[in-house]
Amino acid sequence: MLEKNEKLNIEEILKDLENYRPKRRGWHWREEQGNQVYGEFEYHQASKPLKNSCPLPAAKSFGYIDPQPDCVITTEIASGRFEDDIRRMRMAAWHGADHIMVIRTAGQSHYDGLIEGTPEGVGGVPISRKQVRATRKALDIIEEEVGRPINFHSYVSGVAGPDIAVMFAEEGVNGAHQDPQYNVLYRNINMVRSFVDAAVAKKIMAFADMVQIDGAHNANATAMKGYKVMPELMVQHAINCAYSKMVGMKPQNIALSTVPPTAPPAPCLRIDLPYAVALRQLFKDYKMRAQMNTKYMESCTREATVTHVLNLLISRLTRADIQSTITPDEGRNVPWHYNNIHAINTAKQALIGMDGLLEMVELKKDGYLVDKVRELKERAVLFMEEILEVGGYFKAVEMGFFVDSGMYPERNGDGIARQINGGIGVGTVVERDKDYMAPVCEHFGYNNLPEGIEKACDLIDGCTFCKPEKIVFIDELDENDNVNRRLKETENLRHSTEIKPEVEWCGDGIVATTIFLPVEERVAEFAAMEIGKKMGLEDVVVIHKQVMQPAEGTLVEIKGRVPFTIDVSKLEIPKKPEVLSDEEIRKDIERKPMKVVAATVGEDEHSVGLREVIDIKHGGIEKYGIECLYLGTSCPVEKLVDAAIEFNADAILASTIITHNDVHIKNMKKIHELCIEKGVRDKLIVCAGGTQVTDEIAKSAGMDAGFGRGTKGNDVASFLVKRRREMENYEG
Amino acid sequence: MAVKRPDDFEIRRQHLKNLTDEELEKRFWQLAEEIVKPLVEIAYTHTSPAVERSVLLRMGFSSIEAKAIVEGVQNLGLLGKGAGNVVYRLAKKKNIPIREAGLLLVEGKAWDEVPALF
Repeated sequence: MLEKNEKLNIEEILKDLENYRPKRRGWHWREEQGNQVYGEFEYHQASKPLKNSCPLPAAKSFGYIDPQPDCVITTEIASGRFEDDIRRMRMAAWHGADHIMVIRTAGQSHYDGLIEGTPEGVGGVPISRKQVRATRKALDIIEEEVGRPINFHSYVSGVAGPDIAVMFAEEGVNGAHQDPQYNVLYRNINMVRSFVDAAVAKKIMAFADMVQIDGAHNANATAMKGYKVMPELMVQHAINCAYSKMVGMKPQNIALSTVPPTAPPAPCLRIDLPYAVALRQLFKDYKMRAQMNTKYMESCTREATVTHVLNLLISRLTRADIQSTITPDEGRNVPWHYNNIHAINTAKQALIGMDGLLEMVELKKDGYLVDKVRELKERAVLFMEEILEVGGYFKAVEMGFFVDSGMYPERNGDGIARQINGGIGVGTVVERDKDYMAPVCEHFGYNNLPEGIEKACDLIDGCTFCKPEKIVFIDELDENDNVNRRLKETENLRHSTEIKPEVEWCGDGIVATTIFLPVEERVAEFAAMEIGKKMGLEDVVVIHKQVMQPAEGTLVEIKGRVPFTIDVSKLEIPKKPEVLSDEEIRKDIERKPMKVVAATVGEDEHSVGLREVIDIKHGGIEKYGIECLYLGTSCPVEKLVDAAIEFNADAILASTIITHNDVHIKNMKKIHELCIEKGVRDKLIVCAGGTQVTDEIAKSAGMDAGFGRGTKGNDVASFLVKRRREMENYEG
Repeated sequence: MAVKRPDDFEIRRQHLKNLTDEELEKRFWQLAEEIVKPLVEIAYTHTSPAVERSVLLRMGFSSIEAKAIVEGVQNLGLLGKGAGNVVYRLAKKKNIPIREAGLLLVEGKAWDEVPALF
């Protein structure tokens, strides 16, 4: 098992791949869904805890609990280099993702067959057996580490759907997008080919117990007005669900890919909620894969996050079995490492925050919501009636029924029309002859097996589903475009003490900087790029700009590459102070009682940090028996020093948060000087703490120690005990 | 062919408006099934190069081998027999293992024997 402070060894993962078999097959839903206790709280829509995870930042104040919502959480990771993606997958799993979706490289839909080897992708990853197997192997390691099975997911579409379905079933892929309508409408694949291929692919997916996600959400993203296609989306969902069920998929393995269609500044809940309710009522036997809105994403990550939280509200007000996430930077670039994490945390944070919401509020059973739900259903029914009236699905597609920007039955005549005798793969479908035969398992359709044969693959002594050792593994086909070549290029960064910043790929060198400039937008944009260049960045690009006020200024975010590496072995990193055990601290306080006076000094009303360090209920120093006199906030430094003398204290703890004009440093110096003046500096331990305080800053301002962000009671108590021992030796 | 028309929902819905929610839902699914039934029928009775490649993959051929065999079968106009069937019959006729028979075809050999298999 992987140690948490040990990096994934990519070379090790690639080793012996030809013999690797996945641990399991099939989809995994979260376990023990429902009531869970995490720390002092009871949750009603949670699931089994993880063994290893990174909790939300605020978990610090809640005993570092990391409650896991009940639904599966998806993240999409596909930078074009799977070897870098698997590191991000580990980060994602630690934050609570258990559904990792890999987008395919541009153009794979039109590739007639399987891609082999590990070429670099564009906007996604070339889905090949080697790439899938290596990723599954990495995920098998990661899922053991976090203690929850991870669902691996990609696409069974394009003109090689059945091929890919077989490969996925063989390689332990747990979920896939499969929707013949997607091929027809967005990939211009011939409609007959698309449906014939889909049936075979779906049957194989059903055998592999994969969860299928449909492609209806694409209409939402493609239509001119996403919120006008709601009736059509229901029809698309219905067609794929009914088709899948008819070819042998279980409804509980069929998920609707559904997106709240709109976003603020539209009154989105008024539009999105009735739609979500209608969908869940009509498709109650099917799973809901709730996706976040991408259609109305701009480059502001804050705006995207708020839209996504509203999407999560819909999930909690209705139902989500799989909660998908969209990274907040998708409006700017291919997602960066940490934005996947932000998106996962947006989902985890909001879902956990809204735990048990429907126990307190309920959706109205009359009025606007109910009327609208009914209206949407009727519109969808009318849509299907007209499909049948014109002669069926193929005819309807030819007539441009789909992705029309009108709210059906309104039609704007701008739908995507495809012809039955057109598209990629046209004319490749042939009728199965009477003596058609396929000697393999899980084959959909007419199959004239010889008499007496019940299991088709008995004819060939087993197919790959029954005898996986028959699977043929192809390693690489291109000697220049492959993972080994790429790893060689970054070897120095992976196996030495040299590092470089990265957002996507090892060594990409990209950093982002946030700049406010007191000028109008266009000037700000060019000034920001100049600033980036002067900072030494290469390939500077503006990734976000936002007017604060047309004359007063503009916020600009830039990205660029740093051209250097940092050798971490040459860094001078101050040693982290050693923390004593609770027992040792307690013993020392028993041996000799200790008193401290504490206050937030100056004109400063912040109290939380210091209270946490002192209070027994936060695990502060009081719990060791240290007697504390707390003087409150905005305490003059004179009062603090006087109190220490009067109280006969061993130590002073001064908290100083405000840093305006370096007032925190001035305060520390003043305390130090006052103590000298009053002749008590040698007898007192004087410490300061605050969000901007470091040990170095504090010491240079005359303190014995400084404590920054994240300090806990035992850090301070350890120091006090150690320092007192030193002073005793000194005096003695 | 693309139609433009205003939202005539109120007119069109007349036959639906008195249905209960349950009846409406039932109608929704009946229509969906009616739409997909002929599509499933086509899939049941037809095949494609991708479908046949998927058969060969399951028979233990690589993607490259599967592609070559399917192309050969297509050239002979025998896809309707099933590419797996072609390999199976060739193996039986020559009394050699399935994989060996397939590899012969990949290498461009034995194609002349194929038409006579049916």
